[in-house]
Parts: sequence; structure tokens; C-alpha cells
Amino acid sequence: MAAMLILLGIVAIAVLWFFGAYNGLVRLRNQVQNAWAQIDVQLKRRHDLIPNLIETVKGYVKHERETLESITQARTAAMQANGLAALGKAEGELSGALGRLFAVSENYPELKANQNFLALQEELTSTENKVGFARQAYNDQVMAYNTRIESIPTNIVANMFAFTKKEFFEIQAPAEREVPKVQF
Amino acid sequence: MWEIIQSNKRKSAILIVVLALVLMLMGYAIGFSLEPGGGGSLGVLIAMGIWLVMMLVNMAGGEKILLASAGAREVKHDDAPQLYNIVEEMKIAAGLPAMPKVYIIDSATPNAFAVGLKPERAAVAVTTGLLGRLNRDELQGVIAHELGHIGNRDTLFMTLAGVTMGAVILIADIYLRGMIYGGGRGRRSSNKSEGQAAAIMAIVALVMAILAPLMAQLLYFACSRRREYLADASSAQFTRYPQGLASALEKIASSQGAELKVSRAVAPMFIVNPLAAQGSSTSLFSTHPSTTERIRVLRGMTGGSSLAAYEEAFKAQHNSHGVVGARNLAASVEQGIQKPEAAPPLLSAKPWREAKDIVHRMNETLIVPCACGIRFKIPADFNQSAFDCPKCGTHHDIADARNNPEPVQGG
Repeated sequence: MAAMLILLGIVAIAVLWFFGAYNGLVRLRNQVQNAWAQIDVQLKRRHDLIPNLIETVKGYVKHERETLESITQARTAAMQANGLAALGKAEGELSGALGRLFAVSENYPELKANQNFLALQEELTSTENKVGFARQAYNDQVMAYNTRIESIPTNIVANMFAFTKKEFFEIQAPAEREVPKVQF
Repeated sequence: MWEIIQSNKRKSAILIVVLALVLMLMGYAIGFSLEPGGGGSLGVLIAMGIWLVMMLVNMAGGEKILLASAGAREVKHDDAPQLYNIVEEMKIAAGLPAMPKVYIIDSATPNAFAVGLKPERAAVAVTTGLLGRLNRDELQGVIAHELGHIGNRDTLFMTLAGVTMGAVILIADIYLRGMIYGGGRGRRSSNKSEGQAAAIMAIVALVMAILAPLMAQLLYFACSRRREYLADASSAQFTRYPQGLASALEKIASSQGAELKVSRAVAPMFIVNPLAAQGSSTSLFSTHPSTTERIRVLRGMTGGSSLAAYEEAFKAQHNSHGVVGARNLAASVEQGIQKPEAAPPLLSAKPWREAKDIVHRMNETLIVPCACGIRFKIPADFNQSAFDCPKCGTHHDIADARNNPEPVQGG
């Protein structure tokens, strides 16, 4: 009888632990998803701002067709990217292309005086900063989640219910390119 | 972050308890000296009552009163896009649960402050003088410092401690004035031994009324200076660019103007002490460490931008124990410094005009740019339908300009 009770007690504790472990994993996974949503909002906003930017800039920079095309291409690639690694690479390309446009815009005083352009430049700069800061929070969450999934004994629960490791999000700087020529 | 909040909670609780004890002791001594019978406990009750009322007023609407008395006006994204964006960026970096409200104060004195007993209901305010002098990186450093105050819960604890200190000062002040103008009324007593006790208590009360406010302020200010360093450390951690805040502090220190009209209880929430005309003097009685000192620590951060890097730079400056605290250091994560080249570009060479334009827009002033470069500021109650530019003669229609307002730019 006593043995029976002890056995029941052990089973009850095991079941309670099991519930706790499962709920903990769910909470962590939701936090990862929430952190990702923060990044996603900013990336979408950046993609939405770009057509406006191209429209504004087009009339001023006749000789920078290549730069503008590279921005459009990078945007399309980023919007169609599958998986975090590909997305990080595409977003990196986009950041590089935008940086080049802002660098060459120094050569066009009329463009630098355009209020619309200045407002868009501020929005794009800020969006990129926000992605950067949100990325930090996301990666911290992923780290906590992945550690929990791999740790004993939570890994048993994780395997049973197919909790899988999440990827970190890194924005890769594009390959080195030639510095745009500045003519005086 | 969590460790900083916890240690702040502990230290501030001790500070508030000590100040409350001082308050009660003083209430007892003053009460007893005036009425030896039951005056002691009555004094404690009255002191506590004053404290409670001040606390409730502050809890209920302290931040609103403060913002209104400073003449702050709330701005949305479209009023001041750059400022709003920076606050949002730093909100993400600081991991605050909600977007703080953003306020602008029309004052040439460069300063900024944060209020909010809860991070969910916080607000930051900056003066136009600050917007007009700082570039984007510098403004980011200042905003990060302010959100650091909110995140570390300084806005809550230092305000509560400040209110308690205020109650001590108020009661001591009332008693001393009463002594000077009212004479020693109530010290006469029928019973001789009671009279003696009352006389001794009167001396105790007098000494306490003179010393307690001094002691309370010393404690409070020491605590406040420490929180200031910690907010600087948080700023470096959030922006990953300590040089931004350092150069902002340099600009602010070199251009301190008139004092801002604020109560002493909230002075610690400002980026530099609003009550000192010159931001660089340090004494035991200042809420902020000397600005030169803070700049030197920030400039000394060469090894990274984490809390640990700040601690190292602080120790190098002071040859002593640091400010961050062992618990916070244990939680500090290694992180590098953003390269200045990677910093976002300075948007405009004319931040002053933009800062002024924000205020004009809030006052519903219509800004009409003319082709010749003049920018007309048309007040909301302008009663003519059109005007000609005095320089180039271009005709401007008010209704047209109102329907096609000038696009808002960075500010």
C-alpha cells in the first residue's frame, strides 16, 4: 500500500514536471516568435518605403541608374527570400545598395535639398537602426530557447513534441565593392 | 537589466526607509518639545500625514504636473520625425514594454528629462535648445540615457525618495520659521520635570530641524549621482556608441543657459542638473556628477560599450571601486563599439531652424517656403487671403499653402 502511494507520488511529480517543462518551452517559443514579429514589421516598412524613395530620387540622379536598379533588385530578392540565412544576405545587400545611394546623393545638391528625400532618408536610417536593435533582442531569445531545447532533461519533452531549434538572424554585410568614385 | 532593477529596488527601499525614519524622529522631537503630554505621537502622525499627502499627489499626477509646469507639449511622429524615431529605436534597444510619450519644451536651455512611475506610462521631454544643438548620434545618446532612467526604474525610486526628502525639508522649514516668529510657545509647563524634558527635546528638535534636511539631501544626492553614472552606462550599452553621449554632454555643458523651472524632487531625471546654471560644478549637494567627469569616463570607454566596459573606464578615472555593482557586472554581455563611420549621417546642417519649426507647427503656424529662400511663418489668426514676398515679389496664396503643406522633414 505504502509502495503504491510512493509510486503514485512519483508519477504525479513526473506529470507535473512534464506539464511545467512543456509550458516553459511553449512560452519561450512564443517569445521568439514575438521578437521576430518586431523585426518583420520593420523589414516590411523598409520594403514599403523603397518605391517612394526611387520615385523621389529618379528625377535628380540621371547617372546613377545602376545604383537604383541594384536597390530594386535587392528589394525584390529580400521580399522573396526563403529562410533566415537567405533573408539576412538579401537584407545585407539592400542595406549596402541604400548606403551607396545615400553616399552618391552627396554629389547632387538639389537632391540633398529635397524635403521628401530628407524625410525618406531619415525613415530608412531609423528603420535600419530599429532592425539592428530588434535583432539583438531576437537573437537573445533564440539563444535562451535553443539552450532550453538542448538541455537535459527538457530535451526529452522537446523531442516528443518536435520543438526544433530556431535560427539566429544575422544581416550579412555585402561583399566588398569598389568605392564609388567622387568627382570634384 | 533585471539585475539593475533589483539592486536599484533594494537600495532605494533602504534610502526611502531611512528618510522616513528621519522624518518620524523629527516629527516626534518637534511634537514633544511643543506639547510634552501626547505631542510626540501627534507630531509623528502629522509628519506622516504630510508625507502621505505629498506622496499621493505625486503618484496621482506628478508627471502631468511636471510636464505642464515645464510647458511641455506632446509630439507625434509627423511633428518631429527624427526625435520620435530615435525614441522608438531606443525603446527597442532598452526593451521597454511600451512606447514612451514624447514631449518638446520650447526653451533655449539644452536639457532633457524622463518621467513615469511605470515603464508602461513613461514620457521623455527634450527642449528645443537641445534639438537645435545636437546631431542624430548625440540625440540618440541623450534619449538612451533618459530611457535608461526609465528602464532602471530611477524615475520611480528617485521620485519617491525625492518626495520623502521634500517632506523632511518642508517640516524642518515650518518648525524653524515658527521658532523665529512664534517664539517658544508651548514650552511652558506646569510640571517641572516635564518642562525640563520639553526643554531638552526642544534643543533636540532644533538640532534635528537644522541637520535632518542636510543629511537627507546628502544621502539623496549621493544616491542620485550614482544613478546618473548608471544611466550613462545604460546609454552606452543601448547605443553601442559612448562617444555620442560624450559629445552631447560637451555641447550641453558649454551652453547651459537659464535654470529650468522644476521642483527639486525631479532634478535627478534630467540629463544635466536643470537647477545649476553651469553644469560642470560638483559638490556633495548636487544631483548630478560633474559633466566633465562623466565625459571623461565615456571617452575612456575604448574596450567596448557594455556595462563592464563602463565600469572599467570608471575605475580608471577614479582609482576606486566602480559604480555598476557586482550583480550588474555578472549580467553584463560583451559588446563592441559601433564604428563612427557606420553611424547614420547627420541629416541637416540647420537643426536649429528645424527645432523651431516643430514648435511653430505645434502652434499651428503655417510655414510657407518661398522660391527665393525666405521661409514665411504665418500665424494661425492671419486674416488676409494672400501676400507677396517682399524680396522677390512671388505671390503666395494662404489657402493653397494650407492645402499643400510643406512636407515634414527630420527634426
